[in-house]
Amino acid sequence: MFSLGAEVEMLLGLLILLGCQLVGELIVAAAGAPVPGPVVGMLLLVTVLVLGGGRVPDALRKVSDGLLGHLALLFVPAGVGLMNHFGLLAREWMMLAVTLVASTAITMGVTGWLMSRMARRFGVGERE
Amino acid sequence: MTSFWVYFSARPLFWIVLTLAVFMFSRWLNRRLGGLALFHPVLLSMAILISLLVITGTDYDTYFDGAQFIHFLLGPATVALAVPLCDYFDRVRKMWLPILIATLCGVVTAVVSGVGIAWLLGGETRTILTLAPKSVTSPIAIGIVEKIGGYPSMAAGLVLITGMIGCVVAPWVFRLLKIEDEVSRGFSLGLSAHGFGTAYALGLSGMAGAFAGLAMGVAGLVTAFLLPVLVSLVGI
Repeated sequence: MFSLGAEVEMLLGLLILLGCQLVGELIVAAAGAPVPGPVVGMLLLVTVLVLGGGRVPDALRKVSDGLLGHLALLFVPAGVGLMNHFGLLAREWMMLAVTLVASTAITMGVTGWLMSRMARRFGVGERE
Repeated sequence: MTSFWVYFSARPLFWIVLTLAVFMFSRWLNRRLGGLALFHPVLLSMAILISLLVITGTDYDTYFDGAQFIHFLLGPATVALAVPLCDYFDRVRKMWLPILIATLCGVVTAVVSGVGIAWLLGGETRTILTLAPKSVTSPIAIGIVEKIGGYPSMAAGLVLITGMIGCVVAPWVFRLLKIEDEVSRGFSLGLSAHGFGTAYALGLSGMAGAFAGLAMGVAGLVTAFLLPVLVSLVGI
């Protein structure tokens, strides 16, 4: 019976995640917002967890850790879609490469620098 | 032999199994090559799978018939980011103002630098629009590109490449600008390199991962509302 309990636990975690996503999708559809449903679902789940005392149920943690531990794999199917754009890539690959590298480094630098300056004043000083 | 191949390749399950096997092989290969972000398992998997599809004359739609079941898990995985966020909620609440400022500045930097450099280098308008939301997690980026008139099917690829670039340049950027605390590292990774940055940050520490997930979510929301407005202001 113990193994059955563990299985039900995993299903419960999955149910919570998919349930939040479903409600998120419904809200987005009803509001006609340009925001993806899973993001709304994430905000929803954070709200519920925080209002519930900030403790994450074991069932949810197990399934979430499993999914987040293999996040990289989940990007592969969409990435293979680049094969439909060989022509454009052949024409503009140089422009794309320079833009993506430079812009990503600049963005990371600006954000990280700003955050570390502000964290020194706000967050890190208040460390308990 | 040919009919056997046709039978199997028509089955969605085949492409799931193939994607999984190729990804596991890519991870093994990445480790053999010294774990460099340049040979990221996702990049290797994409290269191998695209080669296999081109060689066998399979189109992307056929592949995606099967692979969509893996792709589908991106939804619940995005929701699951609520868990690390909840774990560090006290810290997040204390820092709401820095988070807000860093997000707004980061999102504007990402869009303006991306569009600006591409424009200076003479990129085509539709390509520029496609790479405008490159730092945003792919489900959001695809939605934005559809809205502003780029190539949605290409957006996912550019977003992925941006994520990989983020993991490659992160150690350099952090060293150069002396960004040393886990909060700032995680936050800038999530904002500039979305899910890839988040996966990378989760490897640094739970705290970095939580802030990366937060940055990815908030930046996605802000970009989704801001970018269409920016684009119409510039008048492309």
